Amino acid sequence: MSLRSPLGRVTGMGAAHDGVAHWWAQRVTSIALIPLGLWLVFALLSLPDLSYATAVAFVSAPRNAVLLLILIPVLCYHGYLGVTVVLEDYVPDRGQRLTLVLLTAFAYVLATTAGMFSVLRLALGHGP
Amino acid sequence: MPTPRPLSPHLQIYRLTLTMVVSGVHRLSGLALSAGAFVAVLWLIALGRGPAAYGDLVRALRSAPGLLIVAALIVSFWFHLSSGIRHLIWDTGHALERREARRGAALVVLAALLGSALTLVVVAHRMWGGA
Repeated sequence: MSLRSPLGRVTGMGAAHDGVAHWWAQRVTSIALIPLGLWLVFALLSLPDLSYATAVAFVSAPRNAVLLLILIPVLCYHGYLGVTVVLEDYVPDRGQRLTLVLLTAFAYVLATTAGMFSVLRLALGHGP
Repeated sequence: MPTPRPLSPHLQIYRLTLTMVVSGVHRLSGLALSAGAFVAVLWLIALGRGPAAYGDLVRALRSAPGLLIVAALIVSFWFHLSSGIRHLIWDTGHALERREARRGAALVVLAALLGSALTLVVVAHRMWGGA
């Protein structure tokens, strides 16, 4: 007995087999973001001040730089996944939806790259 | 044009419940934090560009609208964190019964209020209190 719907049989299109990828990636990134997010908030709160020197010293400390280099792509990926779901839920027009999802993806790739590059440049001592 | 089909009842038909509000705020706080990621990256870029650019950004964040954004991000962080943990518990198949769902929603609000209040107090103390 087949569990396929009549519509599925007629269109002849099976499962894409990557249906759970988005869901799974969202869970994995969310689990990683629990310790990473808590670390960032507590680390920023325990800085003596927000002066330029303090901030540069914080970002360039090897341990902080490594954690930031993990946090930035994971946060941006999680954000991209979430915003995409919202767009898919609320933008009915196919063309508009595709355009917005693509723009979101590009914006998060840009943010990820720019953020990681800034951290690396400071941590490797090539600051301004 | 899609064929006109009967619509499911709209949101305003139902009595507002805490679980509904928490569900909606989870999504809203997620959107706020998704925008906040760009603020964090801007902070790093300004840091990379030098003291002048960094000073400009910190001044902007210390203005009234800037502080409002920072406060909104702090509240969103604690809410999305506690509500997200609740979602992860649901994913294991636990706490889905009505009683547990209601209690979970109340716990999320409580944890978010507590975390936000403590963080905001520390931030305010750093900005205006002592030295």
